[in-house]
Amino acid sequence: MPGLKQLAEREELVSGGHRACAGCLPMTAMRQIMLTAGRDTVSGCATGCVEVVTTIYPFTAWRNPFIHSAFENSAATISGAEAAYRSLRKQGKVDKDINFIAMGGDGGTYDIGLQSLSGAMERGHNMLYICYDNEAYMNTGIQRSGGTPKGTATSTTPAGKVIPGKKQFPKPLTEIMIAHRIPYVAQATPGFPKDLSDKVEKALSIEGPAFINVLAPCTRGWRYPMEESMEIARLAVETCFWPLFEVEHGSFRVNRKPKDKKPVSEWLERQGRFAHLFKEQNKHIIDEIQERIDRNWEWLLKREELSQS
Amino acid sequence: MARRLILTGNDAGAEAMRQIDPDVVAAFPITPQTELMHKFAEFVADGDVKAEFVLVESEHSAMSATVGAAAAGARAMTATSANGLALMWEIVYIAASYRLPIVMPVINRALSGPINIHCDHSDTMGCRDSGWIQLFSENAQEVYDNMLQAVRIAENPDVLLPVMVTFDGFIISHTAEVLEGLEDADVKKWVGEYVPKYSLLNTDDPVTFGPLDLQDYYFEHKRQEMEGMANAPAAIEKVGKAYGELSGRSYGLVESYELDDADLVVIALGSTCGTTKATVDELRAEGKKVGLLKIRSFRPFPEAQIAQALSGAAAVAVLDRSVSFGAPGGPVHREIRAALFGSGANPAVVNYIYGLGGRDISQEHVRQVFDDLAVLAGKETPKDNIRFLGLRG
Repeated sequence: MPGLKQLAEREELVSGGHRACAGCLPMTAMRQIMLTAGRDTVSGCATGCVEVVTTIYPFTAWRNPFIHSAFENSAATISGAEAAYRSLRKQGKVDKDINFIAMGGDGGTYDIGLQSLSGAMERGHNMLYICYDNEAYMNTGIQRSGGTPKGTATSTTPAGKVIPGKKQFPKPLTEIMIAHRIPYVAQATPGFPKDLSDKVEKALSIEGPAFINVLAPCTRGWRYPMEESMEIARLAVETCFWPLFEVEHGSFRVNRKPKDKKPVSEWLERQGRFAHLFKEQNKHIIDEIQERIDRNWEWLLKREELSQS
Repeated sequence: MARRLILTGNDAGAEAMRQIDPDVVAAFPITPQTELMHKFAEFVADGDVKAEFVLVESEHSAMSATVGAAAAGARAMTATSANGLALMWEIVYIAASYRLPIVMPVINRALSGPINIHCDHSDTMGCRDSGWIQLFSENAQEVYDNMLQAVRIAENPDVLLPVMVTFDGFIISHTAEVLEGLEDADVKKWVGEYVPKYSLLNTDDPVTFGPLDLQDYYFEHKRQEMEGMANAPAAIEKVGKAYGELSGRSYGLVESYELDDADLVVIALGSTCGTTKATVDELRAEGKKVGLLKIRSFRPFPEAQIAQALSGAAAVAVLDRSVSFGAPGGPVHREIRAALFGSGANPAVVNYIYGLGGRDISQEHVRQVFDDLAVLAGKETPKDNIRFLGLRG
């Protein structure tokens, strides 16, 4: 596994000069992922922030081959490219090893692209799917998605006088991918770059489909000062809101166990999208979120224990 | 050496695919396309073809995977019908705009709703403006021949657009016919090696497919796509002629049947052309000057050839196997009227909507159409020129 210093010395495959907002962690994630994957990588992305900010014609930020097709078909598109690779390699028309990475935001993955992702994983393509999860449809203006946390104020679930933000808990996408029994599933965040890089490296080295859900804070949608992105990402891990773990051939491993598990309120209070939750009448929602986090964390540790026994 | 075969339309399509031997085929089942892919699956299972066979979870993913494969430099195909094509819709346009030379058999079936599994042309007519070339097939022989020609048309560097080879669900897809097939080696030579201009797999010369194209370039790119389509008629004719030299069966954009001295002309697409030819033969035997204009290429639409072919006609009936709701008449009818406008020819034109949802069209129906035309010959287009054929009540 390359160290951070080695990664920093590698060729940048996602060029600077793209049009992401300052403090955009999805783009930080892309940079870290591509530094790890290297030039011999075909990547593709669903319609969304990353695609929009990196490919405004006649420019492209991608120094590796890249394809965008539509919102809901990133996995299917890359599965086709991977099938072409297998066919042409078998025929002796291509001779090098090539990685295949499909990407999408939480909208393109939890929601509109879930079927395409599920199908590609079930078919067993040798590809990695990365969900850059910024917890709402940010590209279209911060609308709620199936990945948006409970209580979040978004453009379509505003904190109103009678409804305090999104009513539902998010869909457990990482669990859904674990249930696909694919060789490798993980959660990561660019807040822990070495962990993310190691997971990408491992996912690409394993034969068959792999999935990494990458929590990628969005300064505009989450409403915190842009220079705090990395801190916000790390705090999501330290509160166990976003545990770092991996499931390799069914075996669980928790990659980071905070010594001092912080209350989720410390993460929520840093973000404007949760400000209304701190009003007296809404505080029960914070309790509900904390309860869910605690239960999930215990269950995760138990599954790791079971894997080792 | 020609091979004499007895095949259904679906099997003829699969046989052509076996011989073309594409690199990637993506498939999702829908009636009446299913048996084409069953047959191709047997070829895969027996090791007769080299294709990676990607059995996707929807038609949307079938077209998406085909786009991904074609962008990766593969000769890629899929096939579908009706609702499957409708589900692909978004990516059908994308395939054309990325200039990917995909070939797709579309086995024509009525679009829902109400749900119906039988033939009409509502599926392909709906995406007539998608940037795909659309070749209609009269019978199993044409299914086979059109498939082989489609590869060369799509991959022509002046065209670079995907091609739909359409044929009528059940009427052609499930009916066995005698046809002539080419030898495998001849087809291999005919389609040749596919060398893509750009490929995702060329990591030494990386390209970005599908960038965000805003006000300052989108228009020019659409104009380029239009030029590809504008180059298609010449490519279709050139390939049709070369195919004639190879097989003995030449193809053009349209086919004229007994048209030279015909006063009364029926215009049709697909299997109805066979029914019409048989009726024309009978009426000719009775001494009547009748003929058929078959449209093989609906996109590109061969306006000049059609106006020329109709220059001597006194009355014309356009048979439409689909509806264009809110428009005066069906989609073929609208195109024919536009082709005639300003051409100098001014026959009476009537439009018959027929055969929706698989409703049968018989020779008696076609005979009735010619009888109607005989009354109209030399007159102006009547006000009630949008009519129905085979409709109750």
